Formats: sequence, C-alpha cells, structure tokens
Amino acid sequence: MNDVVQNADDRSGAVKAAGVSITDLRKSYGSNEVLKGISLEVKPGEVVCLIGPSGSGKSTLLRCVNLLEQPNVGSVHVGGFEATDPDVDIDKMRRKVGMVFQQFNLFPHLSALGNCTISQTKVLKRSQADASAVAMRNLERVGLGHLSDRFPDELSGGQQQRVAIARALSMDPELMLFDEPTSALDPETVGDVLAVMRNLAKEGMTMLVVTHEMGFAREVADRVVFMDGGVVVEEGVAEQVISAPTHARTKEFLRRVLDPTHIDIAE
Amino acid sequence: MAMTARQRARVSLYVQAGIFVVAMVALILATDWETISTSVFNFGKIGPMFPDIILVGLKNTLIYTALGFMVGLSGGLLLALMKLSSFPLYRWLATGYIEFFRGIPALLVFIAFGYGVPLAFGVSWNVTVVAMISLGMVAAAYIAETLRAGLQAVPKGQMEAARSLGMPQWRAMISIVIPQAFRIVLPPLTNEVILLTKDSSLIYVLGLTASQYELTKFGRDGISSLGAGLTPLLVAGAFYLVITIPLSLLARKFESRSARTKR
Repeated sequence: MNDVVQNADDRSGAVKAAGVSITDLRKSYGSNEVLKGISLEVKPGEVVCLIGPSGSGKSTLLRCVNLLEQPNVGSVHVGGFEATDPDVDIDKMRRKVGMVFQQFNLFPHLSALGNCTISQTKVLKRSQADASAVAMRNLERVGLGHLSDRFPDELSGGQQQRVAIARALSMDPELMLFDEPTSALDPETVGDVLAVMRNLAKEGMTMLVVTHEMGFAREVADRVVFMDGGVVVEEGVAEQVISAPTHARTKEFLRRVLDPTHIDIAE
Repeated sequence: MAMTARQRARVSLYVQAGIFVVAMVALILATDWETISTSVFNFGKIGPMFPDIILVGLKNTLIYTALGFMVGLSGGLLLALMKLSSFPLYRWLATGYIEFFRGIPALLVFIAFGYGVPLAFGVSWNVTVVAMISLGMVAAAYIAETLRAGLQAVPKGQMEAARSLGMPQWRAMISIVIPQAFRIVLPPLTNEVILLTKDSSLIYVLGLTASQYELTKFGRDGISSLGAGLTPLLVAGAFYLVITIPLSLLARKFESRSARTKR
C-alpha cells in the first residue's frame, strides 16, 4: 500500500489524502437500531470496501461519515475534523469529503461542466475560469472531457456516474465515499465507472466504498469489511475475506453473491 | 346488418358531429342579429375605442398584473419556504396567511388595502400601489402552495448532493433546489398569472380616474360614453385573451421542452 502512496506522490497534483476514524458508532431510527456500535479505521490513502447484505447498515455507516445521517452515539473523525462535534463547521468538513451516490444525483438543470463548477464558484469562491479549468481536468480524468456541455439527461447512466465522480473531485477532496456507485447502472457501463475508481485508488485517494462488486473489492481494496445486522462481522485483507472468510455469515453471504444461480429456493 | 366495433365507433363519431352542427345552426337561426348588431356588438363602435384601449386599458392591466405578480412571486416563495421550515412558528404563520388570503374574496382585499389600511396608518397610496399590494398579497397565497409542491417534488438526493459538496443549506436551496422547483411549477404558475390578469380588474372599487382605467373599467366606461351597447366590454374582453392566450402558448412550449429533455 505504501507503494501506492509513493506512486501518487510522484504525480503532479498528487492527491492529498485524509484518514477516517470511527469509534463505537450507533444509529437508530426509532426503535430500530441500524448501527450497533461500529468502529473502523481507514488510513490515509487506503481503499476500504464495505460489503454485506442489504439492510446491514453499510450505507447508513457511509452516510454518517459526512453527516448526511446524524449518529446517535459515537464519534467520527475525518482528517483534522471531528464530524460528530456539535460545533464542527460541517460545510467546511464536507468540502474535504467527496460523495458519490447510487442514483448519481447530478443537478439536471446544469450541464456536466456546470455540475462540476457550481460548488467551486459558490463555495470555494473560485473564479469561473479557474473552476472551469479544474472541472475540465476532472472530466477528462473520467474520460468525459468531450461531453462537458451535455446535460445529465443526455448522458448514459455510466457517464452520469462518471460526471458525478468528476463533480466530487473538483472540490479537491481528501476522502471519497462511494455508496453503491454501480448498482443503478446497466451492466455494460459498470466497467467504465470501476475503471475510474481504480485509477483514483492508484493515485492514492482514501476511499470508502459500499459495493456488491466483489471482483473490484478483491482487486482494488486494501481491506474489506463485512457488515451484517448493524455490526462488523469480519474485516481483513481483501483477498482473505473474499476467498477465505472465517465467519459462517460471511461465507453464506459470499456464496449467494458470487454464485447466485446455484441457490436452492428451499433453503 | 352487424357492424364491427370499429364501424360502430365511426358511426358514433358522425352522429356526435351531426348533433353539434344542428345545434350551431339552430343557435344562429334563433339569434336576433338585428338587435345584436345595434345594441350588443356594434362593429362601427370599435374604431373610437382605439388607441386608448391599448395605451390606457391594456397598459394599466399589464402594469397592475406585472407588479402584483412580482410581489406575489417573492411573497409566495417566502411563504413556501416558511411552510417547509422546521421552525413551527414559521409554518403556522404561513399556513394562517395562505388559508386567510385564499379564503376571502380578492375584492375584500382590494377594499382593505384601498381604504382600510391607508386610514389605519394615515398613509395615502396611489392606485398602482394598492393594485400591486392587493394583487400581490392574494397571489402570494396561491403561488405559495404551488411553489411548496414544486419544492417538495425536487428529489431529496439533490439537496444531499449539494450539501455533500459543502454547500450550506441556503446556498443549496438557491442554486440547486429552487431553480428545479421553478421548472416543475412553470405550467401551474402560468395559470396563476392568468388568474391574476383577470383579478386586476377588481381595482375598479377604488374609483379610478380615466388615466388609471384598466381593461374592464375602460370597457364599462365605454358603454356609457360611447353608447355602443356592450361593444366596448366585449372588445376589452378580447384584449384579455390577447394577454392570456400567448401566456398559455408560452407555457405549453416550456412544458414540451422540459418534457423532451426529461424523457
């Protein structure tokens, strides 16, 4: 992993990466406890994939990191910020944390370029010219420089998701959160989005990724965290968790995900 | 002779068209055109109404409506945001305002702002100001409900994406949510403008001088001054259509454009 960071440092404009530290995080919706005391460390430049069945709390955990969900108990540190401190400047912290959603959530009234510049000009107060230059650089980074004047409804799902990644990158984040980024995509466009994420990982970005793409997790993640029922069941090196899981629940989940055509309905 | 379903449907359409034509012919034959042309609609009396019906009547209707709409739109946006606020007092105030001004006749609002408020506070407002405030206050109540629906129709993910990019709540509202809400409510908003255009005639209760006449008052005045039956009023009515039909067409154009890009 150090090699990866080293490589990133060699590049011009290398990614400045922040770590994440989550301690005993709990989150309930009414009487339904979704996160039952989660602790998780992500080192700067590390790529961690969160896997697990739906309803296991992976997305909620991710959304607690940039406070789209307010945890009830526990603490979240991102870079130099304590996200869970009531006095934290949440907007300032979120500028350091890029978020990519399952449903893209591009702004439909703005072009791809406009999506990538609006927060730069309105929040970072960059000039329109500077913001456009940064946006174009990031659109080219995701392979869409030639479609910068297209509106979201003129782009395919995979292209929209890549614009969403470029939009997040345009704020120069030190941490990227991905919430099932390929789950809403047509199968043939998944590869383009994963390729962009793979490059980002190589550049040394800290990434926390909720995903069902086991191939991606195995190849790109430094670590894989398996969650079920609001707790971390198993975590470790990607290859080990996916190929040789130790817990029964992890084994069962992976069997279903990796070989969905051979599940006996009577089980 | 048995008919197929398609033949039966076609015959039914012919019968409906036939009934319509017969009804129109009966109506035309039964009309007393002699009386109509002298005391209801007299072509000869149209000429003298120009150019004042445009320079005074149409102009004032447009001015009163535009000013009223400006007040109504900004007030409506404020009320809509209050109604969606997490602070209960704002929600109650907005709900109270909306229910009140939607519930009472607009005519009463004109009387209140034309006579009551100036007396109560010792101010004197000219007709344009009264029209602007009265129309605006009523329009704000209707527009607020339209905009609230539009704001709520913007997917939650839009706000989340904007906040995730570091935008404060107010900035996300202004730059991301409100522009999309306006696109959604453009057709009903056009409807509000059309209603407002017609409501601007209520300013007559203030007693206007000739230069303040809007279309309806201009037409009513023409009935006595020109002695032309209902001609002036009918011409004034036609001028309302000159305003409202292009508005409808414009709205439809926007609607089809956003429908196309929405796919």
